[in-house]
Amino acid sequence: MQTNESLEHAMAALAQDPYVGANPELHEFWQAAARHELLVKTCTQCSRAHWYPRMFCPFCASEDTEWRKASGQGKIYAFSEVVRAEPPYILAYVRLDEGPVLLTNMVDCDPTALHIDQAVKVLFRPAQEGRSFPVFTPY
Amino acid sequence: MSLNGKAYIAGAFEHPTRFAPEKSVAQLHVECAAGALKDAGLSFADVDGYFCAGDAPGGSPLPLADYMNLKLKWMDGTELGGCSYLAHIEHAAAAIAAGKCSVALITLAGKPRSQGQAVGTAPRVLSADRPETPWDPPSRWGIAGIYAMYAMRHMHEYGTTSEQMAWVKVAASHHAQHNPHALLRKVVTVEDVVTSAMIAKPLHRLDCCVITDGGGALIVTRPEIARSLKQPLVKIRGCGQTIKTNNGGAIDVTRTGAERSGPLAFDEAGIVPADIKYASVYDNFTIMVIAQLEDLGFCKKGEGGKFVADGNLISGVGKLPWNTDGGGLCNNHPMNRGGITKAIEAVRQCRGQAHPAVQVKNCDLALASGPGLVLGDGHAHATVIFERE
Repeated sequence: MQTNESLEHAMAALAQDPYVGANPELHEFWQAAARHELLVKTCTQCSRAHWYPRMFCPFCASEDTEWRKASGQGKIYAFSEVVRAEPPYILAYVRLDEGPVLLTNMVDCDPTALHIDQAVKVLFRPAQEGRSFPVFTPY
Repeated sequence: MSLNGKAYIAGAFEHPTRFAPEKSVAQLHVECAAGALKDAGLSFADVDGYFCAGDAPGGSPLPLADYMNLKLKWMDGTELGGCSYLAHIEHAAAAIAAGKCSVALITLAGKPRSQGQAVGTAPRVLSADRPETPWDPPSRWGIAGIYAMYAMRHMHEYGTTSEQMAWVKVAASHHAQHNPHALLRKVVTVEDVVTSAMIAKPLHRLDCCVITDGGGALIVTRPEIARSLKQPLVKIRGCGQTIKTNNGGAIDVTRTGAERSGPLAFDEAGIVPADIKYASVYDNFTIMVIAQLEDLGFCKKGEGGKFVADGNLISGVGKLPWNTDGGGLCNNHPMNRGGITKAIEAVRQCRGQAHPAVQVKNCDLALASGPGLVLGDGHAHATVIFERE
């Protein structure tokens, strides 16, 4: 569970993050992420969700998009244990139940037990610049 | 307007260095330019068009044009990652066909080896204003991990194996043994590849290309100028370039931009893949050769693993002689960008100037093809078809 103190810390950290500052139209996403909620931009014209979030729909070019709270669940599209890195980590593409695939990490898991199409759910981790970003773990 | 026959490659030069701590990046560019001009029988005073990409100091044609004191009518700094120089060939041919310049110089140079860059596994750091960057860097994504996922997905969908991927490296090593400048000249076996250290599962160390200093340059010119020079004539027969975007997250990482740049080039050339006698295909990782050969139409999608196995890419042995200089896997990957060396070896093959041990007989049609930047994250792709006249 996220404590009030950690939520306040995560919100305050957003102000220092250059990646957040460079894209003012995306603040809602990062504020939700600080609360450990995953938002996905969805087009109200063609109904498709896309990733990474934009203010217009990359499929039908409509500017009529909205943030929707995602289920936070998806399936592994591909993954790799980067064993040469220090420390090793698991890079992954996860296909959200809402449709789009995002680049992320698998965490809190045994890399030898992972497989494509495995069901996973979202967690949040602090990026070094300050924002919270979505990672995934099997469930 | 078709570019078929509108321009020729008059000069080609690959810098022999693979480690150049004593030289500046600008000096390496100049040495490449001088080498290509000498190869063509031209001089710096003849150059009226200049093409370079993100490796050029300042990221624009201007600083190097000033350094070389060029007198230009046409400049192009199109930055498409490793395939920039293949796209530059098309841009140069278009500029020449439009009468905007007559002698186009394309250069690439850099020194990641002497700068100690851990290119494959270091997290990529990109500027904050690029729209995709807030989302990707926290995952610490590096090139090897991305292409490893690509390999895993190809294995999952098509049954491609590590041994099949290893055959790509084996073929490159068979060619590199004859190249005195190649960084890695030792012939390796499938077993050597699959037992080499794991980098990012399922990619082994020998599935990954080399990191080298160096560079290369090309001279593209009008047909009548090319005919006045001494080198065998190499015509630009067809070109294609594209971007395969992240597609709003609806990605398919088993397919490369070659499925678009290839048909564009083949259509302009008026030929089919079976007509190609020699292919340079960008080999940053072994899996990419398999996927691009499929996407270019040399075999059916999903059958690239079988296609490359059993030495089918080895000159004199297999059906499709490929990367006969040793490619990025063994010879050279200057500035982590393999596009220009792919074109240079294709030109050598068309001229009959490849090493005799790897020279393809009657090499009248050759292809150079490759991606730029990163698959699944918006990558460019370019293909050029050359004809010996």
